[in-house]
Amino acid sequence: MTGEQLFLQQLLNGLTIGAVYALIALGYTMVYGIIQLVNFAHGEIFMIGAYFGLSLFACFAAQAGAAISIGVLALGLIVAAAGSALLGFCIDRSAYRPLRKAPKLSALITAIGVSFVLQNTVMLIYGAQDRYVPSLAAAGSMDWMGVHWTAMQGLIFAVSLFLMIGLQWVVYRTPLGRSMRAVAQDPLAAQLMGISVDRVIAITFLIGSGLAGVGGVLFGVYYSTINFHDGYLTGLKAFTAAVLGGIGNIPGAMVGGLLLGLLEGLGAGYLSSQWKNVIAFGVLVLVLLIRPRGLLGERVGDRA
Amino acid sequence: MPDESLLDLKAVTKRFGGVTALSSVSFEVSKGKIVSVIGPNGAGKTTLFNCISGVLRPEEGQIGFGLKKTRDSLVGCAPHEIARMGIARTFQNIRLFGQQTVLENILTGTYVRTEAGLLDAVWPWTRRAHQESHWAMDKAMRLMERLEIDALADRPAKALSYGQQRRVELARALASDPEMLLLDEPAAGLTVHERQALMDFLRALRQEGLTILLIEHDMKVVMPVSDWVVVLDHGAKIAEGTPDAVQRHPQVIEAYLGVAAL
Repeated sequence: MTGEQLFLQQLLNGLTIGAVYALIALGYTMVYGIIQLVNFAHGEIFMIGAYFGLSLFACFAAQAGAAISIGVLALGLIVAAAGSALLGFCIDRSAYRPLRKAPKLSALITAIGVSFVLQNTVMLIYGAQDRYVPSLAAAGSMDWMGVHWTAMQGLIFAVSLFLMIGLQWVVYRTPLGRSMRAVAQDPLAAQLMGISVDRVIAITFLIGSGLAGVGGVLFGVYYSTINFHDGYLTGLKAFTAAVLGGIGNIPGAMVGGLLLGLLEGLGAGYLSSQWKNVIAFGVLVLVLLIRPRGLLGERVGDRA
Repeated sequence: MPDESLLDLKAVTKRFGGVTALSSVSFEVSKGKIVSVIGPNGAGKTTLFNCISGVLRPEEGQIGFGLKKTRDSLVGCAPHEIARMGIARTFQNIRLFGQQTVLENILTGTYVRTEAGLLDAVWPWTRRAHQESHWAMDKAMRLMERLEIDALADRPAKALSYGQQRRVELARALASDPEMLLLDEPAAGLTVHERQALMDFLRALRQEGLTILLIEHDMKVVMPVSDWVVVLDHGAKIAEGTPDAVQRHPQVIEAYLGVAAL
């Protein structure tokens, strides 16, 4: 493998995982943008999305561990999106909404608590060991320019890109998106325009959590395993991606996710894959030190 | 034509801790009239608006709204519910959505008259969603032309001058097709020319049947446009009547000029 091939291969691998980070980061950034809460349970929603997919695949597998067809995968993505969306909605309704008028710190600590509850619930149901996630049947791969491309990577890109464009459309081109942005800027004025703030927040949780659920299934199928504590580390990395792009900023979360994946991929290729996490969280520290508002974020003062 | 009461305040009281911001305030606003609330700083005018629009909940009293009075009182309703019943408002310190364009701000005002739910966002190709978006756009365009801000449609609201922002806020409030408009110091910071235009505009709105409740410091605006004036001082109503009657009322003169002037 030449230097150029190594670079391209790591670029591709990095962007693939970056696309998953971006899907999860969107949920962090949307919720933060609208209620200034870092939803630490969001990583768990992602992880549970993977388990939703896993459970569905088990129903369709002819024998344990058999590969799944593209149709079953699509069904798994839809079920996971719906299940995770509903889970996110219920978390907001039961844990965060009662604390809407409480100090921000109360909701933040509650989010950490919800995260532990979800992790341990999944551990009790599915066990603590890694669970094998079936791979895509007849998924080809090809070598082009000396780089190994798999169909699953292509699928991750296609699905993520489709959802990100769809989200941009919803947020910037529809009445619902307009009311979401209005609530993010001035909840009281939005309410006096007849917008139900609680409803808009609920919809934000539905959308953000649904995206994380899709990310979970893609992640599980790509790496072939899922574990109850996967949501913790991946969630923190997606949060890093959101901060990198500018938390509260939707295009920022997409750019931040892809960029973080890229840095991790290149770091893994040129240093060692053991340095991946050091690089990811090193980025978090550097962004917070040098440019706390992130790449695309506005200065905090501009929000007021 | 008999006056029909659209808004009916009965003994509305609001306290902040030990301070009584509104003390048993009662008055009625007739449909199709311009009623002004005046009073010195701290008299409770904005608190009154906040109680009517649901931002604050008065401890005592009732606020009836609507000719049919389908509900006994607005007290306890959420602000977005009150907005949906047909009360729109502007703010003393302008509260536009600064990062959104003028057009988007005004379209936000049309939101209460549309469904605009999650399904419409995911699948916007239904007949109803299409009709709604067409109606909203049409409404926004007409309001922008009328208030002479159509040239600014694509500018972010925060980039506009003060007078322009006031007009955008007025357009946003009108976009909801309200029955009643609450205006909190709409003339503050306007030039003489802009102030005259505002007064003409308010009279035109009244002509069209809109009911307006106005808070205003500037007596050169209040006296010529108002049908009825309510005077608050230290949270209590000290007088109400026609502009002429109120100007001659001894207690009003005292509240405004102090005892020494008598």
